[in-house]
Parts: sequence; C-alpha cells; structure tokens
Amino acid sequence: MDFFNYWVVIALMMTGLYIVMAQQNLVKKLLGLNIFQTAIFILYISVAKVLGGTAPIYTESATLYSNPLPHVLILTAIVVGIATMALALALVVRIHGAYGSIEDDEIRDRSKQ
Amino acid sequence: MIVTQALDVVLLLLLVMTAVAIARVKDLFATVMLSGIYGLLSASFFVLMDAVDVAFTEASVGAGIFPLLMLAVLSFVGRYEADSKRRVALPVFLLTLVSGAVLLLATTQMPAFGGEDTPAQQHVAVRYIEDSPQEIGIPNMVTSVLASYRGFDTLGEVLVIFTATIGVVVVLLGVVQPGKARSLPADEDMADHKVLRIVGKMLIPLILLFALYVQFHGDYGPGGGFQAGVIFATGIILYAMLFGLSNAQRVLPMPLLRGLTALGVMIYGSVGVAGLLAGGNFLDYSVLASDPVSGQHLGILLIELGVGVTVASSMVLIFYAFSLTTSSDGSVER
Repeated sequence: MDFFNYWVVIALMMTGLYIVMAQQNLVKKLLGLNIFQTAIFILYISVAKVLGGTAPIYTESATLYSNPLPHVLILTAIVVGIATMALALALVVRIHGAYGSIEDDEIRDRSKQ
Repeated sequence: MIVTQALDVVLLLLLVMTAVAIARVKDLFATVMLSGIYGLLSASFFVLMDAVDVAFTEASVGAGIFPLLMLAVLSFVGRYEADSKRRVALPVFLLTLVSGAVLLLATTQMPAFGGEDTPAQQHVAVRYIEDSPQEIGIPNMVTSVLASYRGFDTLGEVLVIFTATIGVVVVLLGVVQPGKARSLPADEDMADHKVLRIVGKMLIPLILLFALYVQFHGDYGPGGGFQAGVIFATGIILYAMLFGLSNAQRVLPMPLLRGLTALGVMIYGSVGVAGLLAGGNFLDYSVLASDPVSGQHLGILLIELGVGVTVASSMVLIFYAFSLTTSSDGSVER
C-alpha cells in the first residue's frame, strides 16, 4: 500500500505517453498529453500528503499539516497548463485550416506533395 | 483512516479506467466528455490529499474550461478520428510497458507514502508551516507561499499565462484579411433551450459572486487569484454560450479584455517595484506599510488581484478567440 499512489501515477503517465505516441489524431494526442500532465500533478500532491495531517490552513486545533509547497507549484501549473493547452489547440485549428486534416500521417503525406 | 485509504484506491482506479477509456474510444466527443470526468475525479482526489486549493483549480479547469475549449475545437475539426492506416501501435505499446516497468522499479527506492519525516517534508516546508501564520499573518499557508515567499515564481507563471494568451489571439485572429468583416455566430442558437437559459440566468450571478468570494477570502480559506479568475471566467463563458457571443461582448468587449490581461500583470509588477522604491527587495511586501505584517497583507491582496484579473480575462479572451474562429467560417457542425 505504501507505493500504491505512485504506481497509479506511473500507469496514468504511461497511458498518456502511449496516446501521444500511438494515436495519429492531434486532438487525441493533446488529450494524452493532458493525462500525462495530470499524472505528474497527482505525483506531487501525493508526495505532499502527510498521513493524519490536515489541509495547510492554520487552525488552533491542528498541529500536523500536509506540505503546502507542492500545492502551490501544482496550483499554478494547472492554470499555466490550460493556457499553453489553449495555444496548442489554436495551432491545431490553424493546421486544420492549412492541411484540411488533423491526422498526423495525412498531414505528412500532404506536406510532401 | 481506513475510509480515506479506501476512497484513495477507488478514486485512483477510476482515474486509470477513465484514462484507458480515453485511449480506446474513437469518438472524440466522447473522449472530451471523459476528460471532463477525469478532471472531476482528480479534483476529488486532491481534496482527499488535503490539497483543497489545488482541487478548486482542477475542478474549474479540468472539468470546466478544458472540455469547453476542446468542444470548440471539435466543432471545427470534426468529431471522429480517422481509422489509422499505419500499424505502429504494438512496438509503442511494448516501449511504454518497458519504461513503465523501469519507473515501477524506481518507486521501491522512494520513501513510503504519507510519512512525516520524508525528505519532501523537510527544509523549507517546516519553515512555511511553523512560521508563516505569524510572519505573514494569514492562516492559509498555500496563499502565503504562493503570493509572498515564492512571489517571484508566481509572477513568472502569470507572465506565461499572459504570453500564451497573446499567442492564442495572434494564431487564431491575427490572419484576418482587413475589410473582411467576421460574422458573429447566431445569438439565437440556444433560444430553444429555455431550461438551460433560465437555469443559466439563475446560476451566473451566483458563480460571479462566488468567484469574488474566492478571490478575497483566499487569505483565510482555500482560494486566491488563480481559482477566482478561472471561476469568474467560467461564469462569463457560460453566459456567452447561452446568450450568444455578441451579447457577452457587449458586457466585456475584446479590446477591454486585452487591456485587462495586461493590467493584471502590470499590477503585479508594480507591487514589486513599489517594494523597491520603499527601500526593500523586489516583491518584498514588508516595507509597504508601517509594520511588516500589514505590509504583507496589502501586498498579497494586490498581487492576488492582479493574478485574478489576468487569469479571468485571459480565459475569456481565449474562449472568444476560439468561438470567433470556429463559428465564422461556416464550418460549424451542429
């Protein structure tokens, strides 16, 4: 049980990596990238957890808190992630405009012509 | 403790199942819906891990804005994947299996989950937990670290969001031929959906009010500029979807949003410069007021405001850019 969270992180990461490498559709690739990214979020947040601790908001009654630092890193990473994801999606829209397709192999074939 | 661990296992297994389903389903519309579920599941998991601020953000981004943007793109590029002609799946599958196995092996070297004395809980974490309630004077340590101890880092993050938004606007709207007026999407698209419109009308003011609460209560409970900005943007985007883009633009026109996106970054930077002028370091808030703790309060309030303004207007601006592009070329599938 000690490493269960980390195993799940690896399973999710590999699923994301598989989608990015094996799928031809660009939107699907981005969804895979999103899964990979969330796996890293889960890794950081799992590392921050202290069993028996509480959320890092000071109260009189609590003495044991989970680590606030990874929370900060991941909180900002989520919002930065959506902004950069939007940029990637914008590029997908433009690629569709230029090639009429968002399938990786079709784009490669058409750019060779 | 047992309940927490059981929930932990259930949520994580559900996450894996959702991820595998995303990999297998060919209908992109279904995968986008699945990734919304994925976002909500991971937000629930974050609550379980005591990361309430992160859960807030993930719920509104992962289950809210991300699927919306994806749907806007799908309406433009089509709903179904093409059947892949090239057969590369098997070697790639083996490769991921191998690298997964190597990583699994590496986890046995890691300190056990949830320990009090693991390396991650040493060093600065102790200082943040023990000293920040007195030093910064606010109970939420995540806000203290985000806005004050690591304020420089957060400034960088806000700049990245700002830059990415400029990128989206330039990539999507930068190529319009001058003189060719863009036709706005029909505002009456959603006119038939009376229930949606009425429920939306009731919900939107509450969403916006809640965003303001999250913004200004971030010192004392979970919340802050990032979360509030995203929630506020969700309210405006919901309005734009239900009542049409041109109505939404009457409330928040594009030029205003562009200004606001830059204004937020400027507020943040100016607080840093104010610290310099008052004789301290860049982004040192202690010198902003007569005593250090109220200086910290003032500084955090201002920079959280800057973050909130930039994040909210960036998200709305990105949504505008996508819906203008995907609807004005007449290729919207309905």
